[in-house]
Amino acid sequence: MDKLLLNVKNLSTTFHTRNGVVRAVNDVSFTLNKGETLGIVGESGSGKSVTCYSLLRLLPQPPARIESGTAVFDQTVNLLTCGLKELNGIRGKRISMIFQDPMTSLNPFMRVEDQIMEPLLIHERISRNDARARALQAMKDVGIQDAVNRMKSYPHQFSGGMRQRVMIAMALITNPDLLIADEPTTALDVTVQAQILELIKKMQTDRGLAVILISHDLGVIAGFCDRVMVMYAGQAVETGTTEKIFQQPQHPYTRALQRSIPSLQPKGKDLYTIPGLPPDLTRLSPGCPFTPRCESAVDYCSKEKISLAEVKPGQFSACLRVQKGEI
Amino acid sequence: MDLTLEEGRSLWKDSFYRLKKNRLAMVGLVVLVVLGLLCAFAGVIAPYSYSAQNLELGASGPHSKHWLGTDRLGRDQLTRILYGGRISLSVGICATAVSLTIGVFYGAISGFIGGKLDALMMRIVDILYALPFTIFVILLMVFFGRNFILLFVAIGAVEWLTMARIVRAQVMSLKQQEFVEAAQALGLRRRRIIFRHILPNLLGPVIVYATLTIPGVMLLEAFLSFLGLGVQPPMSSWGVLIKEGAEVMEEFPWMLWFPAAALAATLFSLNFLGDGLRDALDARASKD
Repeated sequence: MDKLLLNVKNLSTTFHTRNGVVRAVNDVSFTLNKGETLGIVGESGSGKSVTCYSLLRLLPQPPARIESGTAVFDQTVNLLTCGLKELNGIRGKRISMIFQDPMTSLNPFMRVEDQIMEPLLIHERISRNDARARALQAMKDVGIQDAVNRMKSYPHQFSGGMRQRVMIAMALITNPDLLIADEPTTALDVTVQAQILELIKKMQTDRGLAVILISHDLGVIAGFCDRVMVMYAGQAVETGTTEKIFQQPQHPYTRALQRSIPSLQPKGKDLYTIPGLPPDLTRLSPGCPFTPRCESAVDYCSKEKISLAEVKPGQFSACLRVQKGEI
Repeated sequence: MDLTLEEGRSLWKDSFYRLKKNRLAMVGLVVLVVLGLLCAFAGVIAPYSYSAQNLELGASGPHSKHWLGTDRLGRDQLTRILYGGRISLSVGICATAVSLTIGVFYGAISGFIGGKLDALMMRIVDILYALPFTIFVILLMVFFGRNFILLFVAIGAVEWLTMARIVRAQVMSLKQQEFVEAAQALGLRRRRIIFRHILPNLLGPVIVYATLTIPGVMLLEAFLSFLGLGVQPPMSSWGVLIKEGAEVMEEFPWMLWFPAAALAATLFSLNFLGDGLRDALDARASKD
């Protein structure tokens, strides 16, 4: 088991707002091995981003509160309880993160080279000149042309795709073990999306990096990840290898998601949508949160507590009926 | 256009480039620099000593020996205006600096930490806002006597409130920006985030507000001096000179005209420059 990099158990995160307690992440557990890619997929508000923000404790507390759980990194450090100093030593050094919107995730008043060098300068004993050389190499690695001149530029002189490349260079310059990519391509054009994903993939194979990729795009997940975790209303409803999840999904929600992909539907017909809306996270019913929208729901679905159970070898589903073999 | 050949241009350079194209602002800047230099080197330039009297001459209009005329004690108006400008401008700059320091510090802490501390700090600001300024100054004068330094303190103590509010609002919106989150995710400490990432982004609005505060402060000084609460004779400021001129405006109108013109020119220039800076620094309005 020395391959285990991250072990998250029973993570629950809530937001305390005026309208009540929002249960954004509810008892989520997953593991990640070294060099592995985990995709977290779900619709907006399903808790996939909050899960990852919780791991690095990036959520402002209050209103957020990590209610329970452990996240053991590299089998030694519990990210959720370790001291801030230790956490700051891991952030940006061993776990890096890239964000959804490259337009706002760079400081507009700093030269790109200074921003790329910053993680090196705070995490390693290194001279500015050496750091600059590393930054230059990092920019070349992410495919920025004419890097020598471009590193003197400011973020507003870069396009969205280029900025995301800069973000990747910045995240990977310290050779981290884990990269968390929070919808890294959502704000980009489709063509640029493919380039960025390819780049992340290349970096991953070159450096043996583990990646958590958050996306609501099943296509992106399918082409990229070893394993997938499907989230709904703050809970993990299905996990398994990408192949199995896409070929024989074992949860009605995953099936419904797949049917919603436009290219899989016959032309001329109305697009399939899942009826209804995700539940209000301040008032979750005790049972399966997908019940009101589920085509296969029966009486006991809304009453019994759900949890993941192995239904096929290596494939876990939280659907009660699947677990009982009814569907 | 070959983008790769373009040298890295910061938002600051961009802003200065835009400012240079704004003619009114540049005129304001030039007037300010000239006036500032004249006043700063008053000791060298001024043809007379600022308290030298010539009682035989008395009040006289502009002529070749006294370009801007003399007052009732025969003191040279040009000299008085230059020396008065020194006081007026330094009150403006110092009081603004005081208000800037307090305001930025206070606002940044309040905005960055947030929560209950923020609420408390902002209520204090609200309460201070409600104090009537004139009464506040008169009270200070009564308690501590008419003191030149007190003037800075009084004005600075009032002007920082707006600055604190502006800075707080800016910090709060910056805190939500992803680059601050990204900095956190990179393992930066709080202090480094504030100094490296938040403060530079604050400078734009702060500079603009400062240029617009200076004329406000100078006007306040003039107002206080006009009431007799400000600078005391034989020292003079533009406010004092205007006051003296206003008393005799029917007989010797030039005694009002020239100091008033100097004050008005400065105030206009500062306002034009402030407006120009605001337009130039607002990158969003011209970029996207």
